[in-house]
Amino acid sequence: MSETPAAHTAAPAARARIDTTSERHLPWYHLALTGLASAVLAAIILLALGKLSIAGVVVLGYLLHLIIGFAYSRVREGRRWATDRFVSLLVFGAFGLALIPLVSLLMEVIVRGAPRLVAPGFLTGDMAGVIGGMDAGGIWHAIVGTLLVTFWASVISVPIGLFTAIFLVEYARTGWMKVLGKGITFLVDVMTGIPSIVAGLFGLALFVTVTSNPGIRIGMMGAVALSLLMIPTVVRSSEEMIRLVPMDLREASYALGVPKWLTIVRVVLRTAIAGLTTSVTLAVARVIGETAPLLLTVGALPLLNTNMVSGRMQTLPTFINSQYKLGNAVCNSDTLTNPITGIEHACSVAINFDRAWAAALVLIMIVMVLNIVARLVSYFFAPKSGR
Amino acid sequence: MPQAITVEDLNIYYGDFLAVENVNVVIEPRSVTALIGPSGCGKSTFLRTLNRMHEVIPGARAEGTVEIEGQNIYAAGVDPVNVRRRVGMVFQKPNPFPTMSIRDNVLAGVKLNNKRISKSDADALVEKSLKGANLWNEVKDRLDKPGMGLSGGQQQRLCIARTIAVRPEVVLMDEPCSALDPISTLAIEDLIHEMKEEFTIVIVTHNMQQASRVSDRTGFFNIAGTGKPGKLIEIDDTEKMFTNPANKQTEDYISGRFG
Repeated sequence: MSETPAAHTAAPAARARIDTTSERHLPWYHLALTGLASAVLAAIILLALGKLSIAGVVVLGYLLHLIIGFAYSRVREGRRWATDRFVSLLVFGAFGLALIPLVSLLMEVIVRGAPRLVAPGFLTGDMAGVIGGMDAGGIWHAIVGTLLVTFWASVISVPIGLFTAIFLVEYARTGWMKVLGKGITFLVDVMTGIPSIVAGLFGLALFVTVTSNPGIRIGMMGAVALSLLMIPTVVRSSEEMIRLVPMDLREASYALGVPKWLTIVRVVLRTAIAGLTTSVTLAVARVIGETAPLLLTVGALPLLNTNMVSGRMQTLPTFINSQYKLGNAVCNSDTLTNPITGIEHACSVAINFDRAWAAALVLIMIVMVLNIVARLVSYFFAPKSGR
Repeated sequence: MPQAITVEDLNIYYGDFLAVENVNVVIEPRSVTALIGPSGCGKSTFLRTLNRMHEVIPGARAEGTVEIEGQNIYAAGVDPVNVRRRVGMVFQKPNPFPTMSIRDNVLAGVKLNNKRISKSDADALVEKSLKGANLWNEVKDRLDKPGMGLSGGQQQRLCIARTIAVRPEVVLMDEPCSALDPISTLAIEDLIHEMKEEFTIVIVTHNMQQASRVSDRTGFFNIAGTGKPGKLIEIDDTEKMFTNPANKQTEDYISGRFG
């Protein structure tokens, strides 16, 4: 280092200055203005074609802005920023596109389902004696049925799935157990692709064979059929979650003289609990709306039945299915009398559709509540790193 | 009362690959033994055989005898869990349990084993262990905060507190300072000095200054080449190792001529 101080001060001056003219980032309202210009242009084009609509302006305006915004940015901001703008716009566009079916589905279900949902007795009543276009009936029996069948399906699949995942990660590491683990993983992958109707047929065949009663339809059959669909989901996602627990933590526990099984229970599962909850919730959400296997195994019933091992049960998906299938009711007179309760009800042509939509809304709400519960569990049990 | 560790004819394998060949060594009780050597020479592997932690890695096994208090820990019928309760270990990367508070981390050895402990005993154990790890004054007001919220050096001392809380006779340390800054390293080295009053310590380090600062005896591992097994070349009093080693390889390594 024999440089003189003079050389140090001279060096920066000799360097090229940072370019401030050919590339620059303009404030956001430039983008907003080009967007507005594109929208106006789109409106004019559509008006000229006589096909003006909000959706048309949004779509055409977006496409025009891809070109206009890019060109404007290319001239004013340089190539790098123009590319940035263009790709950002594409990404936002894709996001918006993905949101459309989601939001419109929710809107549709709420708009169509909400009026019936708040009708008196809809959430607390059943379908006993409800005939024709009778403006009555409830889904309490179907809600209870869905919750019971799903609960028992979870009771069957969560332990099996979780233990399989633990075996795959913690034990299937060497020798013949590794080979066995690979075989199980393959079978689980195959099971993931089983069509739900096949699971239903399996549940049906199993119970018919065991009980020698071809007409048997009970809640537990549905739970078994659904668990067939749940287990692979639980295994694969739990396996991922357990694998995420760092080896360091297991070693730390072993080094304290903690046996393997306690390490798995107290360290591995405890650390992964947030992820495991999510995986179970996803598996439940996967099967709670299943219709085909339940049609085959649980059947339908207009009344409340809480006995899982005797008699048919109503579930929400099959309820929606059957109500929608009934279609428009025929109203020959203004009122109908419930033959069981003797109460007179008005006749409504669209009542079956209304019930189906309201039941669909309830199903969505149940899944949402499950997700919120899972979020809360994750939040309270997740590893904490705060000070 | 800490006992000497006597290692005889120890060969360590990963599957069919012989990783460390024919180690014979006596580790003195209540002393610090440092293991140095180039990367991949098997010093960490050897360290992990002293409490059978290497068995956690699929396919790893050891042949030979490691006697602690006259008992071969590789004899048939010896449960590795019981070995590890007597031979604790501190790892390269601080690894406090992320789901536990500072207090629970210290008590992990007790709580994870589902042992019952009264609150007053637990408090006393936490205080004693954290004081033993020179961490008490820094964390005594936030024992219920997560262990992950501490700095790297504090986390490593927390891991040492966790290890000594189960009262082992031997503490193995696998490059405990390699992820830490010089100040935290100094704190841990001071701690190692104090700990040898009570424990037999074996430490693996890449830092030769650290080996000469903290250890009473130093062992040098070397490897002839890639794919060859690592060997314990020489072990002697630290002072002699760093001033007048008997083996040419040791001298070359220590003087920085290779590795």
